[in-house]
Amino acid sequence: MLYNAPHPLEVKVLTRRFGLENSASIDTYLATDGYKALGKALDMTPDDIINEVKASNLRGRGGAGFPTGMKWSFVPRNVDKPKYIVVNADESEPGTCKDRLLIENDPHQLIEGVLIAALAVGASKGWIYIRGEYRYLIDIMDKALAEAYARGYLGQNICGRGFNFELYTQTGAGAYECGEESALLESLEGKRGVPRIRPPFPAVSGAFQSPTILNNVETFCAVPAILRDGGPAFSALGVPKNGGTRMFCLSGHLNVTGVYELPMGFPLLKMINEIGGGVRGGRKLKAVIPGGSSCPVLKAEECDLPMDYDSLMKAKSMLGSGGVVVMDEQTDMVKAALRIMHFYQHESCGWCIPCREGTTWLKKLLTRLDAGRGTIGDVNLVGDLARNMLGRTFCPLGDAAAMPTISIVEKFRDEFEAKLANYTAPRAQSSQFVVV
Amino acid sequence: MNFSPQLEQKFADLLTHYPEGRQRAALIPMLMFAQDEVGSITPDVVTELAKRCGITPLQVDEVIGFYSMLHRKPLGKYHVQVCTNISCLLVGGEELYEHACKKLGIGHKQVTADGQFSLEEVECMGACSWAPAIQIGYDFHHAVSPQKFDQLIDALRKIQ
Amino acid sequence: MPDVNLIIDGKAVTAPAGTLAIDAAKTAGIEIPAFCYYEGLSLQAACRMCLVEVEKAPKLLVACTLPVAEGMVIHTDSPAVKNARKYTLEFLLTNHPLDCPVCDKGGECELQDMVFRYGAGESRFTDVKHHVDEKQWSPVVYFDAPRCILCYRCVRICNEGMGVGALGVINRGVISEIAPSHGDHLECDECGMCIDICPVGALTSGAYRYKTRPWEMQHVGTICTHCSNGCKTTLGVRNGEIVRANNRDRSGINNEFLCVKGRYGFDFNASTERLQSPMMRVGNGYEPISWAKALQIVSEKFSETKTRGGKFGVIASPHSTNEDNYFLQKFVREGLGSKNIDHQQSGDVVTLIDALSGKSGKLAAFEDLYKTKAALVISSDLAQQHPLLAFQLRANFRHHAMKMFAVTPGPVREDQYAKRSVRVEAGQELSALENLRDELKAAGELVVLFGDAIKGDAVRKLVDFGESLGIAVKYICLVDYSNSRGAVDMGLTPELLPGYHAAPAGGLHADEMLAAPDLDVLWVVGANPLEKASLASKAFVVVQDLFMTETAQQADIVLPSASAYEKNGTVTNVTGEVQKLKAGPKTMGAKPDLEIIGLIGKEMGVRVGIWTSDAVFDEIRRNVRGYNVPLPIIATGGAAVTAPVNGRVPVETRPDRVQSAGDTLFTSGSLGRYSKTLASVLEAPGALYKP
Repeated sequence: MLYNAPHPLEVKVLTRRFGLENSASIDTYLATDGYKALGKALDMTPDDIINEVKASNLRGRGGAGFPTGMKWSFVPRNVDKPKYIVVNADESEPGTCKDRLLIENDPHQLIEGVLIAALAVGASKGWIYIRGEYRYLIDIMDKALAEAYARGYLGQNICGRGFNFELYTQTGAGAYECGEESALLESLEGKRGVPRIRPPFPAVSGAFQSPTILNNVETFCAVPAILRDGGPAFSALGVPKNGGTRMFCLSGHLNVTGVYELPMGFPLLKMINEIGGGVRGGRKLKAVIPGGSSCPVLKAEECDLPMDYDSLMKAKSMLGSGGVVVMDEQTDMVKAALRIMHFYQHESCGWCIPCREGTTWLKKLLTRLDAGRGTIGDVNLVGDLARNMLGRTFCPLGDAAAMPTISIVEKFRDEFEAKLANYTAPRAQSSQFVVV
Repeated sequence: MNFSPQLEQKFADLLTHYPEGRQRAALIPMLMFAQDEVGSITPDVVTELAKRCGITPLQVDEVIGFYSMLHRKPLGKYHVQVCTNISCLLVGGEELYEHACKKLGIGHKQVTADGQFSLEEVECMGACSWAPAIQIGYDFHHAVSPQKFDQLIDALRKIQ
Repeated sequence: MPDVNLIIDGKAVTAPAGTLAIDAAKTAGIEIPAFCYYEGLSLQAACRMCLVEVEKAPKLLVACTLPVAEGMVIHTDSPAVKNARKYTLEFLLTNHPLDCPVCDKGGECELQDMVFRYGAGESRFTDVKHHVDEKQWSPVVYFDAPRCILCYRCVRICNEGMGVGALGVINRGVISEIAPSHGDHLECDECGMCIDICPVGALTSGAYRYKTRPWEMQHVGTICTHCSNGCKTTLGVRNGEIVRANNRDRSGINNEFLCVKGRYGFDFNASTERLQSPMMRVGNGYEPISWAKALQIVSEKFSETKTRGGKFGVIASPHSTNEDNYFLQKFVREGLGSKNIDHQQSGDVVTLIDALSGKSGKLAAFEDLYKTKAALVISSDLAQQHPLLAFQLRANFRHHAMKMFAVTPGPVREDQYAKRSVRVEAGQELSALENLRDELKAAGELVVLFGDAIKGDAVRKLVDFGESLGIAVKYICLVDYSNSRGAVDMGLTPELLPGYHAAPAGGLHADEMLAAPDLDVLWVVGANPLEKASLASKAFVVVQDLFMTETAQQADIVLPSASAYEKNGTVTNVTGEVQKLKAGPKTMGAKPDLEIIGLIGKEMGVRVGIWTSDAVFDEIRRNVRGYNVPLPIIATGGAAVTAPVNGRVPVETRPDRVQSAGDTLFTSGSLGRYSKTLASVLEAPGALYKP
């Protein structure tokens, strides 16, 4: 089992079973209040469930932070079509490794969350779409599903209450783009993971063109606690409009890295210094990616802020998926920008022009600049091209590539300039083109 | 073409997971599982899965090219994937990848002459808090130093 | 949908709610540029060229997926919009080879036009472009990936428009590429729709590539001469030769549609086997003679036969124009005094029109195929034999969820989307319909298309069945060639005069002419009756044709005629639309049939009227019931619906006399034999009802 030693500052709600013996087994789950929230939900009306989730101020943990209760309320009530639940376990945002732990350590919590969502909207089937690289999680999940079927928590007449629900795992095959909800649905249907035109949103036309609730693993995992302890109690763990706890994945230049469950609004500097044990090697902090590589980078001096959706928005960055990547003073920011662009270029689905061509051009430019070649004009061009992608692409991947790039070029322009200034190779060889 | 009875059973199960008439949804899992068994997505696998999913081979080809874990050429018995994305990069992922190239004597998406190892520089695999990370096949290895890498590879070489 | 009011670039626009902003702008005369948006095909929102500024929206929105709403204020020419277009084009050109000087599309390339209008004057891209080599996918389709801008029009037209699905997208990201159905090659309809719909030079035509620049051609809009569907085709003519055929201007009933025959099957016209001089049989061979000499021989023979009351037999063609045919029957009936005129009927139009006597509006026009709520296809492989009708029905299904019912002897493409497909043995078609009665009735509206399996009494029974449904039913009798329908309307049968008036009894049918031992003259105008039959008499045989057909090889005099692409006149398609042919290329020595007939008459001193096509069409408009169509429509290249009526002239149908040639998508009677391009594709000649 992969998990890290708990930290005293953690608030263990979703991770409360981490570390228990056989934490993934249904027996452990049942012995620790498991499926009690489901029992409660079975006695509630769909509206009551949705209102409880709304009261929790739970916001989507995948990255966009959309209020979960509201998302559920968009599912139309009186339609002829079957309704579905889809779990986004295509965790691929660089810096993010939390959903993996939730499934590995406590798969039944996820199942229970899904069941409650199913009750809330009247869904009959669901799929847990797990990224292809997490093959071992499919085995763990399948085992948990089999246990749940065997104990009557899945299948026909769940808990003897006439509630029927089927839940399956589905593997991805290596595509970051499938983390985007409509692309995930395309992939689930056996197609290329190219996003759909929206509207219609999945709540109206999702999996197999039926109304669908699609949420991140962590979002569903929060639901049993919300039903068990009540929405307001969950909300109170965090800060206003940002309910509950959040899994923060600490990585990079820290003395201690790991995944920690902390209340929403936990101060970033405290996270770095107390949970992460400070910057590695006693070096100074240079920058932080606060929520996965799609988020604009924060300079050290911008890091004195609480980690919630609204505070980060105010700081012109994003809480994203909870991937906190810490960079020390020796970090080569040009290289970081290149590596991030390398990723988005590799993962661009190719559907739309600005993302497909923009990421490719930017990768070429940044490769050159990282090697110290090019001109000051190229540095300006990087920012300009990224701004030409921003807001103009078919899906958020283009923005995800543009935002960190713009922030790095703006905030660490001196590093680009220094690389150009320090370049010593003969200039004549540095260009692939001979100007006659 | 036929797959092993276990895989056939898996396929049969999969096809029951989806709404009526939407059996194409089984395609991506089928491709993954078939690749695991056959070693790569051969033209025969394409034709067979197209038939089973009720689509054209071209529609299968469209899907294969989209997903980076689907391969048309056989990988090594041990497919070594080294992450060099941002979290791993910060703590030596790139150096680890270069070390892996030297250790295995192959580069990105290449296979050793004996077919035992293949190497791929991959994108974030979701092990950021335990970086640098690699996967060998589907097995994760965390906080991999060059020394640890050598031990892993040497152990696998001994199995042969 | 109720109308909504909005403002686009300061202009007040009213449009039905749900209209896409890009279309609403068009109605106000405002162009919003786009590559991937293509009317009638599914939406992509991929090219991002149509970004517009909508007041109160936080960012630019794509007009191609934006439904207009009440009070919306849209700007399509603001600095932000101009900037977005400019830099989207800059992105697009980074990996585009810019090899315009050697690109077939140069001069009519949408990318060129866009960059010219909206692009930047210079590029900031100084890196290496991604390159892959050009590929040949079939004799007629080439693909140059670097030029491709991934608008997915080709994929959609093949999938959605044609129902073929031979193109897809492989790989991901910047190396995404359009790919053909069979790895390295295409197996498809070879229609070339993908080529003409391509906004750039990524897909080029094997028949046209590197032959000319677009501005060096004359663009002649005429009607395809192959099947009966009546597609408008724009011939690119250079130095008197057809270099290409397409319909990129989306004129005509077919919009952008053309099949393999329409797009590539024009090359028969320049075949080296075209007859270029009149020929006279000498011994076992032929010798070229002058037109003057040939006309003299023919007219003397005709005059002599007429004078002594000899027996003529005249067989005409379903490829000839209405004017050729009208004038021919008039000349034969009035000038030669013979009742013996006929042609090969490929569908029982005559019985259908008789069965519909007294009812109006029962013949479906082409437009009905797009509007009807349901269609019933009986015994035709529509996608192969009537590709435009199949295309239109598919569009109706895509856009309006039309219900298709297919009753055929074997699998057809319509099965893909048919509500019901029924396989029948020949002769069982009508009994199969009874099982569909309730479903057809429930559809509320129906167009019935039937092939030559339904003829004679079966047509009457079919009409009885249709009329018993109690819903609006219209009919289409499927026929083979470009003027099969017109040939019947023009009275090319012994029983009927033009406009379905009864002819004096006693005229011979084509088979009777060939079998008559006492036939004196057999005059064949564009037909090939001796391909599979023999001539019983020692008649003097005169043949007008493009080629030395089996019939021409038995002629005493062969007169070289002009092809449909070389003459003016009108033809009537399977759905009764009359359209104008316009002469494009010329073949030295060949003359239009109308002129040949006129010259024979002149030589004989027999005058039955003026033989210019306009004059004859004027006479047709006055004399042929249903052909009094508005001239401006015809004159401007439009399709005018004819409405033939039958004043209850019962005509006995002999099944052997109504017979379709059963051409596939890749054959076209004797014309197809002379098209090298048609023969070159892998799929030729193909078979009907193949699985």
